Amino acid sequence: MAASALEFQNISKKFRRGERQDSLRDLLPGLFRNTFGKGRGTALKEREFWALQDVSFRVNRGEALGIVGPNGSGKSTTLKILCGILRPTSGMMLVNGRISALIEVGAGFHQDLTGRENIFLNGAILGMSRMEIQKKMNTIIDFSGIPEFIDTPVKRYSSGMYARLGFAIAAHVEPEILLVDEVLSVGDYTFQGQCIQKMNEILKNGTTVIFVSHNMESVLSLCDRAILLVNGQVTREGEPTEVIAEYCRAGGVWVPKLSERKKAVVRKVTFEGVNSFGKALSPGTRLKCKVAIECLEDCRLSPGLFLTQYGGFVFDTTYGRMNGNPMNLSAGEIVNLVWSIDLNLPNGSYDLGVHLEDADTGLYHEHNFRVVNLLIANDFRYEGKYILNPTIAIGKPHSPTQTLR
Amino acid sequence: MTTKDQHPMFREIYQYRNLLWMLTLRDIKIRYKQTVMGFLWAIFMPLLIVSAGLIVKKGFSIVSGKPLEIAELTSVCIKSLPYSFFIASIRFATNSLVGNSNLVTKIYFPREVFPLAAVLANLFDFLLGTLFLGVILAFAGFQVDYQAIWLPFLVLSLILFTTAMGMILSCANLFFRDVKYIVEVLVTFAIFFTPVFYDASMFGKWAPVLLLNPVGAILENINNVVILHRAPDMFWLLYSVLWSVGGLVISWSVFHKLEFLFAENI
Repeated sequence: MAASALEFQNISKKFRRGERQDSLRDLLPGLFRNTFGKGRGTALKEREFWALQDVSFRVNRGEALGIVGPNGSGKSTTLKILCGILRPTSGMMLVNGRISALIEVGAGFHQDLTGRENIFLNGAILGMSRMEIQKKMNTIIDFSGIPEFIDTPVKRYSSGMYARLGFAIAAHVEPEILLVDEVLSVGDYTFQGQCIQKMNEILKNGTTVIFVSHNMESVLSLCDRAILLVNGQVTREGEPTEVIAEYCRAGGVWVPKLSERKKAVVRKVTFEGVNSFGKALSPGTRLKCKVAIECLEDCRLSPGLFLTQYGGFVFDTTYGRMNGNPMNLSAGEIVNLVWSIDLNLPNGSYDLGVHLEDADTGLYHEHNFRVVNLLIANDFRYEGKYILNPTIAIGKPHSPTQTLR
Repeated sequence: MTTKDQHPMFREIYQYRNLLWMLTLRDIKIRYKQTVMGFLWAIFMPLLIVSAGLIVKKGFSIVSGKPLEIAELTSVCIKSLPYSFFIASIRFATNSLVGNSNLVTKIYFPREVFPLAAVLANLFDFLLGTLFLGVILAFAGFQVDYQAIWLPFLVLSLILFTTAMGMILSCANLFFRDVKYIVEVLVTFAIFFTPVFYDASMFGKWAPVLLLNPVGAILENINNVVILHRAPDMFWLLYSVLWSVGGLVISWSVFHKLEFLFAENI
């Protein structure tokens, strides 16, 4: 078993809603209890809530853990507990190594100081020694890409320049454990690329990274493992692809509007052309999908088939769109629809779903995001986002008299 | 809980000495940014304070009809510098945590560095001012005798006391913003209750009441050893050292105990 760099054991943290204290009379005894007594119990008092509840996870040395989840689910609280800014209400935490946290880019900047002075200040805040900073000064300035403004007070900086300098400093701290909270989304497009590249470099050097982000692509590309936090609880842990897919479904990137009366139901979905869904399918596999639909009440129905990846639509079609008209079904009728699709997909994990849309109201009688999970294998012959079914042939050598127009 | 808690707090401060130094430097630098005079203010400010003291003294002597003695003038000069160091540090330190809330809530390091840096930054001004005043007094023919050897100890005692007050006040101000208003009022009127522009001995048998204020006791002893060439009053010396050391121990422990609450209560 690999050595763990970080461990969170049943950590809980409660916060209070609304304004802090009402009066001195309430606060002083409260403070006293909190500090010296055993009042830091687990019971919730009025207006209190759990920001984190019984959260456990461990991160191995050199591993990159992604934390995803909706706003207010406790991601930042987790990071703040990890680096010691907040103390958990209960639970145990183990930390092996020097932690550096990138919770906000440029948090320690002072407006009146120049960029260079701020590098010294911020470097010290992030735990670098003076010698270290001096040694890395030029690299940091180069990375920030604003050498011409480095001796200007940062209050004159644009927000982009500010963020660039902030990230440049933080990226050069070289801690053993790095906590990153949604800071890669700063700067312009090329700088973001530069940041991702730098993060990869940091990871390659064996740094343990905990990465909080709403940018699913960067979580996917950087992390070995991910956890999903919802309302202060870990609801899923595992492969980033799975966790993100779960987040996208649960977090409701798009929530289908369901009809109140179910006029039709999907009875059964069967597949042909595939032996087992556990194994990765080769790109281009033809998949037959039989959907048995039972109509409960007379309706105009447009059944659909769709593929999603991490909650984003990859492909979506309906009977209505393909046929021109929806189906007119009467109560009790059972229809077997057979879809055929070519899985011309680059490698990755996809979810195949079916839905039954009411053609009159636009509401769904049934909407299932994940009937089956499809894994598509890598095809070494090509790469990219789409498969264009390329063919190749060797033509005759062109004659010297032929010229290009 | 974390490994950090097992470390004594001094070692942590030592680990973060570079940060303490950088923050002190920052506080010194920003104070004189965008001013015409720049660092000259470090000399100019004490000069203004001393002048104010001299004017008050002159006023007293005119009203009372007593002639102004040279010793009285130098006494005002010598005492007003440490006093203004104390006042400025307290003001500065009280706001040091709240004024850096973005750091307190975003990054971990021992929060003691904020009040410490505030005191150190003012110490820089104090030393610069003292140096300047020393040169002037030396040129004016002012002399000290061997009793002046006590001066560093007295100043150290003042620094420790200032640090103690700065810590406890910055911490208190974080929880209750009322503290900064109280401090403003106290700092404004403290000049009346502290023997800076006058000597405690003027009050005869009531003098000890004035010296209950540890700053007053320290200033009186500075006056003793520098101006009057006398040994310090041992009772009041002990009294002030007790305040400094005891105060620092208590306020630092309280600060340390409450530190984990800072981020969520600021």
